[in-house]
Amino acid sequence: MAARKTTPKPNVSSEELTQFYRDMLLIRRFEEKAGQLYGMGLIGGFCHLYIGQEAVVVGLEAAAEDGDKRITSYRDHGHMLACGMDPNGVMAELTGREGGYSKGKGGSMHMFSKEKHFYGGHGIVGAQVPLGAGLAFSDKYRDNGRVTFTYFGDGAANQGQVYETFNMAALWKLPVVFVIENNQYAMGTAQQRSTSTPDLHTRGEAFGIPGEVVDGMDVLAVKVAGKTAVGHCRAGKGPYILEIKTYRYRGHSMSDPAKYRTREEVQKMREERDPIEHVRIMLIEGKHASEDDLKAIDKEIKAVVNASAEFAKESPEPALEELWTDIYAEAT
Amino acid sequence: MTKSNERKLTIARSMAEAVAQEMRVDPSVFVMGEDIGPLGGVYGNTRGLIEEFGAERIRDTPISETAFIGAAVGAAQDGMRPVVELMFVDFFGVCFDAIYNLMAKNIYFSGGNLKVPMVLMTSTGGGYSDGGQHSQCVYGTFAHLPGMKVVAPSNAYDAKGLMTAAMRDDSPVVYMYHKGLQGMGWLGTEAGATVHVPEESYTVEIGKAKVVRQGKDVTIVSLGMGVHNALKAAKTLEGQGVSAEVVDLVSLVPLDRETIRASVAKTGRLIVVDEDYMSYGVSGEIIASVTEHDISVLKAAPKRVAFPDVPIPFARVMEQYCLPNPDKIVAAWDEMKAA
Ligand SMILES: Cc1ncc(C[n+]2csc(CCOP(=O)(O)OP(=O)(O)O)c2C)c(N)n1
Ligand SMILES: [Mg+2]
Repeated sequence: MAARKTTPKPNVSSEELTQFYRDMLLIRRFEEKAGQLYGMGLIGGFCHLYIGQEAVVVGLEAAAEDGDKRITSYRDHGHMLACGMDPNGVMAELTGREGGYSKGKGGSMHMFSKEKHFYGGHGIVGAQVPLGAGLAFSDKYRDNGRVTFTYFGDGAANQGQVYETFNMAALWKLPVVFVIENNQYAMGTAQQRSTSTPDLHTRGEAFGIPGEVVDGMDVLAVKVAGKTAVGHCRAGKGPYILEIKTYRYRGHSMSDPAKYRTREEVQKMREERDPIEHVRIMLIEGKHASEDDLKAIDKEIKAVVNASAEFAKESPEPALEELWTDIYAEAT
Repeated sequence: MTKSNERKLTIARSMAEAVAQEMRVDPSVFVMGEDIGPLGGVYGNTRGLIEEFGAERIRDTPISETAFIGAAVGAAQDGMRPVVELMFVDFFGVCFDAIYNLMAKNIYFSGGNLKVPMVLMTSTGGGYSDGGQHSQCVYGTFAHLPGMKVVAPSNAYDAKGLMTAAMRDDSPVVYMYHKGLQGMGWLGTEAGATVHVPEESYTVEIGKAKVVRQGKDVTIVSLGMGVHNALKAAKTLEGQGVSAEVVDLVSLVPLDRETIRASVAKTGRLIVVDEDYMSYGVSGEIIASVTEHDISVLKAAPKRVAFPDVPIPFARVMEQYCLPNPDKIVAAWDEMKAA
């Protein structure tokens, strides 16, 4: 079914390729399940699915080292799963339960894990970008060699605070990779209707920040670009911009009338550019894995996702007393 | 049963109708905001406008609130009449300087040399699990700062008339519409907000409250969604032999203190219902309007039913627990009586 050429890159091991497949599939199936739970009324409010964009986080996580940090927008489920957060805790936050990462107080858009160095989950478009610079600032201050991945969308790239941050990050040579996930749309607005020049990776030029454009449907290409970016940051050369071209298959959130693009456009992407199918074909054609191997992985993932849904249904609703906790930090 | 001459509209449609009618007669009116063009606004209040007026006058913006709201202030000072949308009021943090330091103050700073005839329309309110950055009202925050008028319709009739009045006003007007009243099917909506709306253009006075239900035992003051909760509570109370008067503020700035005082002078009791955070806000202001004027009219200490002073939680059980509702208003009456 895949129409594109898939020449397995020589420098990828069977293990790594299989891991990419597994990681991306986990996100895909998790998001599909979240969509189902939403349809059943178990999840309410906003729920921004990451389906179609899986290769972006999975490729970049493969370029990251232990202790590196990440921060993103409201479209955050994939980022959390890719950095190793527990699917149960994520799903239970979507259903607003006690067992969720934020005990039901945050919801889909607001989760954090210090343990996994995931700093949110943010609902105000672009607002996470300065925070990402701040994470990188503290790393540089501590001279610990860590890098921060600061993700934002093509729509967010038009927020003023992004450019205040670019200047400061370049001025102070902060170890931050600005990852622009260009999925071509900001809610109902196609990128060309909101953006004077299409090449977002050049948006750092005026500040002396190098940037490159990356095929976000190809997890290997994303990893390679991620390595370059991270290397630049760790060498003390300051920030780096990756504009990663990707595509979201689903609506902006769950109640999207989707009149701004054709069904055919979405269908074409799914059929010809799907990032998971891409890896699946490489695995099979390169004889890294058999159909049976992949079936076993599918089954495994399904079990993990189903368990997360069960957990998210079974976990109790938060006690009302919890309303009054966590407003201020506990004294330590 | 709808009468044949009735023309029931949702708030969303009545807002769009008001804007369209004004745009036909006043070429200086234009609309700006995120996804207000082909999409017709996330809450439907600009639907149909781009088809009639085109992309030049119904202008989709990038996600750059500081720039496009600032630009609206500039254009307004130059004689244009922008209607600009901030998609959720919660986003004001990104662009508040343009709003409260510029839009709100430049008439004063110019000694009246400038006018700033613009409308900032923005959605408020929660109740459907959108979390703490997409569910706030912050009425008090806007109303606190001098230099801008603030209105909040509870029904489609007022929504249309207020929008027309706001567009014709030479001062900036913040127009706060509640998502739960918009008549958007996917959101769930308050049926009482969808009422008869005359076809022709008309205005509803900014700065005038309305007594929407007559009563003699207690005055319930509210705005927006709260008015519907108050009316429902009044019905329940009626069943208990209690006659509640309901005042719809309609406008927060200017605030019609006279109407509130007159009602409380009659009933002797006051309950304020506000979906905004409890402290330092609208509910305290309403009570102060009565008590600093004449405390002797009160037969009981006033009560407020407002959102507790916590960030709005995501979990449905928690959020619903926090929101004002008719039962809480009835309970406030019961406490008032017991005291
Ligand atoms: C300051 C601010 N303005 C507007 C919004 C409403 N909004 C939420 S997501 C979105 C589109 C963002 O698009 P993009 O940055 O491309 O990210 P994507 O949704 O495609 O991942 C908008 C306009 C918001 N949340 N915050
Ligand atoms: Mg986008």
